[in-house]
Amino acid sequence: MHVHFLDPFHNGTSLIHRLDPRVKLVFTLAYIVTASLLPFGAWAAYVLLLAIVLSVELASELGIGYVLRRALLATPFVLAAVPLIFTVPGTLLFTFSLGAWTFTASLEGVERLLSIAFKSWVSVQMAIVLAATTSFPNLLMAMRGIGIPRLLVAIVGLMWRYIFVLVDQALRLLRARAARSGATPEMGRRVGGSIVWRAQTTGGMAGNLLMRGFERGDRIYAAMAARGYDGEVRAFPLPQVPLTQWFGLGAAIFLFALILLFSILIVG
Amino acid sequence: MLSAPLSPPLMHIPDGFLSILVSVVLWIATIGIVAVSLQRVNRDLGERQVPLMGVLAAAIFAGQMLNFPVAGGTSGHLLGAALATILLGPYAAVLVMACVIGVQGLLFQDGGLLAMGANIFNMGIVGVVVTHFLYRTLRNLGSGKRWTIFVGGFASAWLGVVTASLITALELAISGTTAANIAIPAMGGVHVLIGFGEALITVGALAFLYFTRPDLLKIGEAKPAGRAVWLAGLVIALAIAVASPLASSFPDGLEWVAEQQGFLNNAHNAPYQIIPDYVFPGIGNAALATIVAGVIGTLVVGGVAFALAYARRNRSVVSN
Amino acid sequence: MHHTIQVQELVFKYPDGTRALDGVSFHIAPGEKVALVGPNGAGKSTLILHLNGILQGEGTVCVADIPVVEKNFARVRAAVGLVFQDPDDQLFSPTVFDDVAFGPIYQGLDEQQVRARVEHALHAVHMQDYARRVSHHLSVGQKKRISIATVLSMQPEILVLDEPTAGLDPRGRRDLIRLLRELPQTMLIATHDLHMVQELLPRTIVMDGGRVVADGRTSEILNDDALLNAHGLEKP
Repeated sequence: MHVHFLDPFHNGTSLIHRLDPRVKLVFTLAYIVTASLLPFGAWAAYVLLLAIVLSVELASELGIGYVLRRALLATPFVLAAVPLIFTVPGTLLFTFSLGAWTFTASLEGVERLLSIAFKSWVSVQMAIVLAATTSFPNLLMAMRGIGIPRLLVAIVGLMWRYIFVLVDQALRLLRARAARSGATPEMGRRVGGSIVWRAQTTGGMAGNLLMRGFERGDRIYAAMAARGYDGEVRAFPLPQVPLTQWFGLGAAIFLFALILLFSILIVG
Repeated sequence: MLSAPLSPPLMHIPDGFLSILVSVVLWIATIGIVAVSLQRVNRDLGERQVPLMGVLAAAIFAGQMLNFPVAGGTSGHLLGAALATILLGPYAAVLVMACVIGVQGLLFQDGGLLAMGANIFNMGIVGVVVTHFLYRTLRNLGSGKRWTIFVGGFASAWLGVVTASLITALELAISGTTAANIAIPAMGGVHVLIGFGEALITVGALAFLYFTRPDLLKIGEAKPAGRAVWLAGLVIALAIAVASPLASSFPDGLEWVAEQQGFLNNAHNAPYQIIPDYVFPGIGNAALATIVAGVIGTLVVGGVAFALAYARRNRSVVSN
Repeated sequence: MHHTIQVQELVFKYPDGTRALDGVSFHIAPGEKVALVGPNGAGKSTLILHLNGILQGEGTVCVADIPVVEKNFARVRAAVGLVFQDPDDQLFSPTVFDDVAFGPIYQGLDEQQVRARVEHALHAVHMQDYARRVSHHLSVGQKKRISIATVLSMQPEILVLDEPTAGLDPRGRRDLIRLLRELPQTMLIATHDLHMVQELLPRTIVMDGGRVVADGRTSEILNDDALLNAHGLEKP
């Protein structure tokens, strides 16, 4: 069995797919930093950011639906910001009582909650486009390009290669557990054991995975050493980023700076 | 289908929830600690570092997919920081956890990119440091007897998760994206329970390894704590000890403190500092600006869509 | 006389004292194609790991007239291409290209030479269109071919393969045997697949309990029922 669905990369030839991975990574980071720096309630700037990410999605030919569906994954976290409605002081919106407590919602609190949710939403969309249009080997190249040590990039590269192998093993373990998790035909008998027992079984599987990881690590080391590996990570020098892409990236960052400046002036 | 249940979702902070200051400070701390770990592990493992760290990071990643049903549709998961620390020692565990959390953020948007420094710090470094201290202390107290492996594993896995959750809540509160007096008790409370899942799985894994490959449990022990780990432990302990009660006891949590101290800049505070009457013209301005931005935005997106459709049509004309 | 592989009185003990190899000696001449057979635990894999210094025991090992000692490791590893049994161990890089380029890069070749070597090696195993592919998307048979390419790119004098046909379906196995027949290098193949031995390898070395128990023409050894039975082998 092969785990294909783990790889978020979608093969394609769109403009976004063809951009240099380093340019994409820096652009994505700049975009997320911009979103993070914008003041709460700067709706004009938020709309512009949304327009930018939607444009990138269109140009990537991934399908906006795909990106928006995946972007929902980050929503549960918005719960963490919900108390703001009641704790940020400001214009009274509504109050309600629950037992002994009285909750007072403020307009500013709601605005802040929505601002956080929006920033998070557009940021995760841009990150999705990055992961879906850049193959992992290219992401590794981008990581090297922004100065992450080669040793760490090599570890991450190897990790990615073996995620698929080990996730396969994890799924086989889960399937083996499911295949033996029968119930007796006798009605009313509790099945599945105690929670502690279930957790211990799961722990045993995790231990099994780690043990095999250690053993495989040794074998991979042998395979690397057999081909001359001496502990130093070597790779080809990175190719140049095309000049036009440099200019494009510069222009994009300039645009982000403008949006930031205006929104701080207007709202602040 | 797979990204959602990778690990307790409340812990992976997405982008947009941390202020730039908190993100950058935690990135710097994380980069420093990972750099030190990289050096130390290279010294200890040499040529084997790349294959072993890579494969074990993949193993922890896969291990986080294993879950067990608890009740009401919820399930227990493994985070793995405690297990990694017990097996590999603190430095290698930091590297492994950093790789796992980094790949989750970069590939599966499980946690943000700007927030990645914070996520590695919370779920990786904090858990590793807590485990390192508690596990070693308990092992020494019990003079290395067998039961100390399991008691130490259980306690440090549980405390690691709870501590990590408190620190996460604290960071959100400092960023002004949650109310400290609600979030800290709530996050702490939930993770007191989640921590038991982590602790049970960790003990299960340790038991398996103890009976099949007891030699593996000795690798992590061989390496004594460096000064950096002690320092990090001290800083984390102080931060929790001072900040958590402080944050929970003030009426508006840390934000109130921050406001008094002028930590938050005007841009962040503006919407609620100004008296409502005065806001009115400002809101008018902002509303107008939003409408203009909406028009511009629509034009941009529409333009791109049109250009793409045009380009595609031309392509198909050529190919015909 | 020039020997490509020369092993003399090789002894290897595990840390617990078990003798995995107990005085192994043999010679292999240039261009010979030799099978290494024997039951599980006979010491085949351990022996293979000595041929380029990943394990080091007592006794002497020379490959291509170079003694296998620490200072010669770089040359030894260029001379002996070792292909491990599980292609998931052999292929550890993100892409096929990176894996095939790994050996040449560590040999210190420049980028252009490396690219030429990769192209040549992939061509030799009929996988020239797979350079940009990701290993985990390939079939077992394809992975085995790429595994062989990862050592061919180092232009070794000797190929040493551990269980090359394990896990392959009949067609994959047939293709692989055909490929091995095309390759000109000196070969030592550790295997349980006696059908392949009969077809491909004129000489056979039988190991059991860490010793060489027979060494001779394949046709004779595979017809020696007593020998095969004594060492848990089955006549093809």
